[in-house]
Amino acid sequence: MVSKQRQQVLMLYLSNSALDSSVIGWSLYDGAGRDAHTTGDSDTPPYATGLDALKDGWRLLQMSQMIPPYPGDEYGTSFLKHECIFERLESIDG
Amino acid sequence: MVDREHLLTSQQMATFVAAGYLRFDALVPDEINRAAMREMETGIRGAPAGTPLAQAYPATSTIGRILDLPEIQGIITSLVGPGPLFDHHAIHVRQADEDKAQALHADAIIDTRVPSFDIQLMYYPHDVPLEMGGTLVVPGSHLRRINESDIGRYQNLRGQVPMVCKAGTMLALHHGIWHCGRQNKTDRIRYMFKIRLNPVVRQVRLWNTDDLDSPEVSRQLGKGFPWYEAASGRLEIVNRSKLWRYLTGDDTFDTGYWLTRLENVPSTLYRT
Repeated sequence: MVSKQRQQVLMLYLSNSALDSSVIGWSLYDGAGRDAHTTGDSDTPPYATGLDALKDGWRLLQMSQMIPPYPGDEYGTSFLKHECIFERLESIDG
Repeated sequence: MVDREHLLTSQQMATFVAAGYLRFDALVPDEINRAAMREMETGIRGAPAGTPLAQAYPATSTIGRILDLPEIQGIITSLVGPGPLFDHHAIHVRQADEDKAQALHADAIIDTRVPSFDIQLMYYPHDVPLEMGGTLVVPGSHLRRINESDIGRYQNLRGQVPMVCKAGTMLALHHGIWHCGRQNKTDRIRYMFKIRLNPVVRQVRLWNTDDLDSPEVSRQLGKGFPWYEAASGRLEIVNRSKLWRYLTGDDTFDTGYWLTRLENVPSTLYRT
């Protein structure tokens, strides 16, 4: 039996640009195929903060860049601003 | 002409401006709900986009009867005024055991109109328990400018609201609200009827404004939602205040001191 690894991807959306700020949104994609997550399937975030995800073994891949407001659109709101993407490798049989 | 008693109050309008929707539980009588279910199963004929709503459905049709209910007329008139146009309608069906939800989205395409808005009515003809899903609504998302399902990667947001409701419930939504159809874990088909309406008048003081000075109005307009980022949440309040100014015709309105502070650009030259 050969062990293979698959990527799980966790996206956390934070209250501000600090990694230890509160989680306000989350998404999870499981490349190991054990769980299938979809929109609106949970009311409780998996972690209270981004730092808590690190403490649990998730590896941070990317954080949102801090882009200043476009002139003339300083009060506009759109996508969530503070996105952190984490990964964890899970072993699968195969 | 809609009786004043059926118009929305200022407090309800402020709730709509803050949250982007209002819900009216079990508003439509069961007898009509049962008839609507039968029509949804066979299909409902609409009208070309831009048709006056009053001409879009025969008065004897179930949807025509629903839209003619005084409470529904009051909701429509308060939000988009008299004589709105029919934009489109859709019967949304989630099959039994449909385990994948829709991607989070706002309907149509990115909408840069400020401050006028369309509304959508979502009508639930049967009970919707949590395991059946219901529409997922993100309160306070309607003023964020995004294009349809570009937000599809957001699976869950704090404070999201699954529409768990009794038969006959009606949602009235700002066109920009983020929402999706949740998964249906039951062995029954879920139905929802949606209709979009366009205003033909300026949306200024169309509701019952008797309570316009109620402190609850400001309280609603200053309300945060659990998914707001700390900084952007403040901008939401500013943008709501601008919308409230339009709706009331009061260019001095403010929630707190956010806009007033920004508008303070003294012109007086001080000389000693």
